[in-house]
Amino acid sequence: MHGKIPMKRLIALIFSAFFVLSAAAQEAPDVLIKRVSEEVLSIVRTDKELQNGNTKRAVELVEQKVLPHFNFTRMTRLAMGKEWNKATPDQQQRLTQEFKTLLVRTYSNALTGYKNQTLRYKSFKMDGADKEVVVQTEVVRPGAPALPIDYSLEKQDNGWKVYDVVVDGISLVVSYRDQFGQEVRANGVDGLIKSIAAKNKSLENGKADKK
Amino acid sequence: MKAKRMQGLLAGVLAALLLSGCAATGNNPKDPNEGFNRAMFNVNEGLDSVVAKPLAKGYDAAVPLPVKASVGNFFGNVGDAWVGINNGLQGKPGRGANDIGRLLINSTVGILGLFDVASEMGMPKHEEDFGQTLAVWGVGDGPYVFLPIIGPRTTRDTFGWMVDEAVDPVWWGIDNMAVRNSAAALRFVDIRASLLPADKVVEEAALDKYAYIRDAYLQRRRSQIFDGRPPKQDE
Repeated sequence: MHGKIPMKRLIALIFSAFFVLSAAAQEAPDVLIKRVSEEVLSIVRTDKELQNGNTKRAVELVEQKVLPHFNFTRMTRLAMGKEWNKATPDQQQRLTQEFKTLLVRTYSNALTGYKNQTLRYKSFKMDGADKEVVVQTEVVRPGAPALPIDYSLEKQDNGWKVYDVVVDGISLVVSYRDQFGQEVRANGVDGLIKSIAAKNKSLENGKADKK
Repeated sequence: MKAKRMQGLLAGVLAALLLSGCAATGNNPKDPNEGFNRAMFNVNEGLDSVVAKPLAKGYDAAVPLPVKASVGNFFGNVGDAWVGINNGLQGKPGRGANDIGRLLINSTVGILGLFDVASEMGMPKHEEDFGQTLAVWGVGDGPYVFLPIIGPRTTRDTFGWMVDEAVDPVWWGIDNMAVRNSAAALRFVDIRASLLPADKVVEEAALDKYAYIRDAYLQRRRSQIFDGRPPKQDE
């Protein structure tokens, strides 16, 4: 008699845990963008070090909160365009790793630079069968037109993943296509990996070299 | 002292011209004059780092946010009539009416445009210019051009920009030359200051700053021409 109730409870607990987990995995893309943006913004607004431009701190924040929701392989493939297929799987992997480091840093800087602004979320509609969607947001700035930021997401088994961020019509990813193509044609895929790695290293050392 | 600095600057500009003249050019079909453009880009980088950027930084640090917002609002309001006309010329009377409505509301309730009351009322600020109108009329981009101070433009948008300047109320609406020049300078510094947060991002993100700015500019123009909804391009 005694043993039965805990058992039932346990089963209920497992079921509810399962339910919570699967609900999180299927969080709608607009809900996901809003939740993550608000979480990050509320930290940016209260953290003095972030406001003073502490990049290391910003990178930590992005790695912890934002990174899990991005698909960096797709981003790298997009940035490479037709050059992607020239790379071996090993090169693709190393390239993705270096590009990810660079993008996280860029995104972190963008984050701390726009601390005085508030975010607005545009109404979002999607079809249940959609595999790819765009979630539109706007940064409201005093004295200037609102800055549109669009997130392109794709559906994966473990939830929606961002594969491009478009700020005022400028894709963070597509903006690299010419630079990548130029480098690959001149020095090959390994040359490109090397040059991104060098860039990352110089940023790591705190010197944004002026080229 | 001054002369020496000037010499240094000139030497720097010359070196930049020579260096970029030899730099390998990529093969972006939209940028056939890349060698020349890179040279001009380097001249502009030099001018920006000694003149425009320090001014913008000083302005940004010294002027409190509400004042900066009012400066931005004021010049935005001055431009709204032309924005509205361009929307009309592009066959978008609804958007044009929004812009003229903004001008009327902000010039009165918004105290000569210092406050953007219209945005609060749900009438958003649009970004239109004659280059976009020409694009809607079917004029192609033409080669990409980079000029010092003026910055990146397509050939079409260089013509568009000249028309924008010709009808600019700041140039023809102010009789007193000192006031007119001060207003133009303030607007320039205000715009440059608004780009400061983007500076660090570009500086750190770009492998090749020239190419990054070019490609970002061309993407942004495309988006503006389609009012933020450009047709999807191939992956």
